[in-house]
Amino acid sequence: MSIISKSATQQREMLRTGELTSVELTTVYLEQIKSRESTVKAFVHLDEQQALDTAQRIDTRRAAGEPLGDLAGIPVAVKDNLCSQGIPTTCASKILSGFIPPYDATVVTKLKTADAVLIGRTNMDEFAMGSSTENSAIQVTNNPWNLQCIPGGSSGGSAACIAANFAPLALGSDTGGSIRQPAALCGIVGLKPSYGRVSRYGLVAFASSLDQIGPMTGNVEDAALLLQVLAGHDSHDSTSADVAVDVYVENVTQPLSDLTLGVVDEHYGNGLDTEIRSSVQEAIRVYESLGATIKHIEMPHASYGIATYYIIAPCEASSNLSRFDGAHYGHRADVSTVDQTSTSEDALTRMYRSSRAAGFGDEVKRRIMLGTYALSEGYYDAFYLKALKVRRLIRQDYDNAFKDVDLLIGPVTASSAFKQGEKTSDPMAMYMEDLFTVTANLAGVAGISIPCGLTDTGLPIGVQLQSAPFQEDKLLRAAYMFQNATDWHQRRPEF
Amino acid sequence: MALTRDDVEKVSLLARLQLTDDELNSMTEHLSQIIQYVHQLDEINTDDVAPLAHTLDITNVLADDVVEECLSRDAALQNAPQRDEECFRVPAVL
Repeated sequence: MSIISKSATQQREMLRTGELTSVELTTVYLEQIKSRESTVKAFVHLDEQQALDTAQRIDTRRAAGEPLGDLAGIPVAVKDNLCSQGIPTTCASKILSGFIPPYDATVVTKLKTADAVLIGRTNMDEFAMGSSTENSAIQVTNNPWNLQCIPGGSSGGSAACIAANFAPLALGSDTGGSIRQPAALCGIVGLKPSYGRVSRYGLVAFASSLDQIGPMTGNVEDAALLLQVLAGHDSHDSTSADVAVDVYVENVTQPLSDLTLGVVDEHYGNGLDTEIRSSVQEAIRVYESLGATIKHIEMPHASYGIATYYIIAPCEASSNLSRFDGAHYGHRADVSTVDQTSTSEDALTRMYRSSRAAGFGDEVKRRIMLGTYALSEGYYDAFYLKALKVRRLIRQDYDNAFKDVDLLIGPVTASSAFKQGEKTSDPMAMYMEDLFTVTANLAGVAGISIPCGLTDTGLPIGVQLQSAPFQEDKLLRAAYMFQNATDWHQRRPEF
Repeated sequence: MALTRDDVEKVSLLARLQLTDDELNSMTEHLSQIIQYVHQLDEINTDDVAPLAHTLDITNVLADDVVEECLSRDAALQNAPQRDEECFRVPAVL
């Protein structure tokens, strides 16, 4: 059995016993990348020599008996919105082309302290805005399961990377589903931690009250391994939670007895693909056979999730992205050549407007405009404030649900991976991709997508579990129970 | 409640975005669609509901006011499109 089909958890053990060196492991992944990356295009930046150098240093330290971090010698891919000191960080946007961060994101620091081998940076929708990775200003990433299909988004590069066996571990970020949806569409595991569980310091902000960084892996125990490294309070992030981190890795294989799962009836309306519906229902039956009790739960405001999210997220984005103005970093337009449509505008305003016009893609502009409008005088109450009130009602729905059940179970997406170009001309159609995922971000709860089937055309299907805040331990253990009783997580595309 | 092209142009100034004619047209259409969609929130009575801006129960997280090492001037200016010895250079404001 090739080393690539082993979990990072197993690889870690083999590295520890000396059965495998990090250089050997890293080389195998680099070879896989060399042979397949041109058809997938998951990476925007590869660090081959640096990766091998890191691997060599770790092997040397290990041979000398030095203590090593928890991910020592294991390759990890990082989404391109996580600042890495000295390495181009673009968020897949032209406005940040050439930008070199002077600091590491906390999660990058944690990976380095854990002695991970940072193998490369993955493609994404520009500034994490999108559900297909088609909004990348750099390149399109193809779904390894069907190269004409999208891998999901915005963490499509990281998802494709795991599905194509380019690395055993990857980081993504999730604001409205950007870890869970591509995980589902690529047949891998993706976890969005509770808001505040993982530090956002160094994550280029999209929506500050919704963003979370999380693991994307080939199986549940590896998600536990990676989350263990990432989680924890950070004084650099004033929104990070000062809540103790559970021992995910030690606990993940322990099943939960008397598990109650909540099924939300509103999820099973007409919009849901029949194949997804039956795979998810089969997953629920698997849980019942493992001793879980199923309860039907009402979440009366779930259907308002998209409307709520597509006010709040663009509003926060319009504020967060105002820093990209050509002044301090990134693309600056040459003001002298700018067409002066209005002589009342000063040169600085013209610089801002034309730099941003040239640097941002269509979807980013759309969301900035939407957010600016919804926050503007006369509209703030009707849109932003209203959305924040509905947000509280959505949170209350979750709080009430978790009085009755341990976890929620349901679909991740309404359909499997669609063809490239299918939804690009209809923004609302693309937004509906987030139907089942946005409410977790709005409420700040945790969610995981795990593979639970394949469509007739061989495309992956995921099932989502959600937990109350800071219950990732329970989430991972429940996910592992399913994985242990099925083999969907072992499937990889042949290409 | 549709947006007019004029509304969109005004918002584009607030957003410091220069939009082409084509962009103004498609932006007007798309934003109108989205605004119409999100208006469904009006169906919900939120009279006695407080807004939830943030899902963690923390406020005013402060750090001690201690002088520490921070970015060097050069590191801070490293990505500047235009700079001199000390500062970022931008078109004159005044």
